[in-house]
Amino acid sequence: MKIILDDLDCSILRQWQADPTLSPADLAERCGLTVAKVTRRQARLQEAGVVKGIEAVIDWAALGYAFEVSLRVTLDKTIDRAFDEFIEAARCVPEVIEIQTFLGRVDVRLSVIARDMAHYQHIYRSSILTLPHIADIEGLMRVAEIKSNESLPL
Amino acid sequence: MIEIDDFDRALLRALQRDANQSAGALGREIGMSQPATWRRIRRLQEAGAIKGRRLHLDAEALGFGVTVFLGVKLATKGRVSLDDFERAVSAIPEIQKVEHVLGFYDYRLRVVARDLSDFERVLRRRIMTLPGAGEVEANVLLSEERLPGPL
Repeated sequence: MKIILDDLDCSILRQWQADPTLSPADLAERCGLTVAKVTRRQARLQEAGVVKGIEAVIDWAALGYAFEVSLRVTLDKTIDRAFDEFIEAARCVPEVIEIQTFLGRVDVRLSVIARDMAHYQHIYRSSILTLPHIADIEGLMRVAEIKSNESLPL
Repeated sequence: MIEIDDFDRALLRALQRDANQSAGALGREIGMSQPATWRRIRRLQEAGAIKGRRLHLDAEALGFGVTVFLGVKLATKGRVSLDDFERAVSAIPEIQKVEHVLGFYDYRLRVVARDLSDFERVLRRRIMTLPGAGEVEANVLLSEERLPGPL
């Protein structure tokens, strides 16, 4: 369902996106609206599917997974179901936290987390290199996350 | 580093899906009382296991039809300050994510745009003009899924 958003919706989304923990009262104050109006708009945005929900973001380093590698994979496209079979298998690797497919030089990208270098090497050998239909694989190790708010420029 | 047990893992999985649930509802899901669940959430939060909350928006419904990942190599390593590059790149509103990486590229950027021509505008006017930006590789995102991870 497509809904038309006006300036008020955008202003609510901007503030809400900047801090998803804001109560309707706080949001109302920041947007200069009444609480009832904000609550109504929030419900409408959620019903229309513009707002899909609020998710907790896990800090993997705090849980002991200090290592994150971005694996850029090129698949053997001569095989019919290469994408589907690769992705299905990648989903079963617990340390894979993100799967993205692309149009470009890279076909699929996996974000893989590990406790340390030795743990990563183990995952890479036993769970990643055994995934089906890999033609080429290239890793980028994350040194630091500089910006990660993933907010939309509304 | 914080030690977690199976209850914490179940809690984190549930919160990753929907962070707006009450401690009561979460407790019922993992088989724990409301006060105990609430204490555990607070502990996870205070230990930093939960970094924050994210409003999950439907980018396409809001008119952002294109997401592109860029691999960026710095052209003049050593001469350009990484801090300057990072500050400048982080200030671009269309850039949702900046990661300093080790490998073939120096930085990975996630860029959101209304359409391909809007992306081209961001790329030409804002990204190619960044201090020190060298070779850039673009891959257009087709699909994306996030998994719960080793919980």
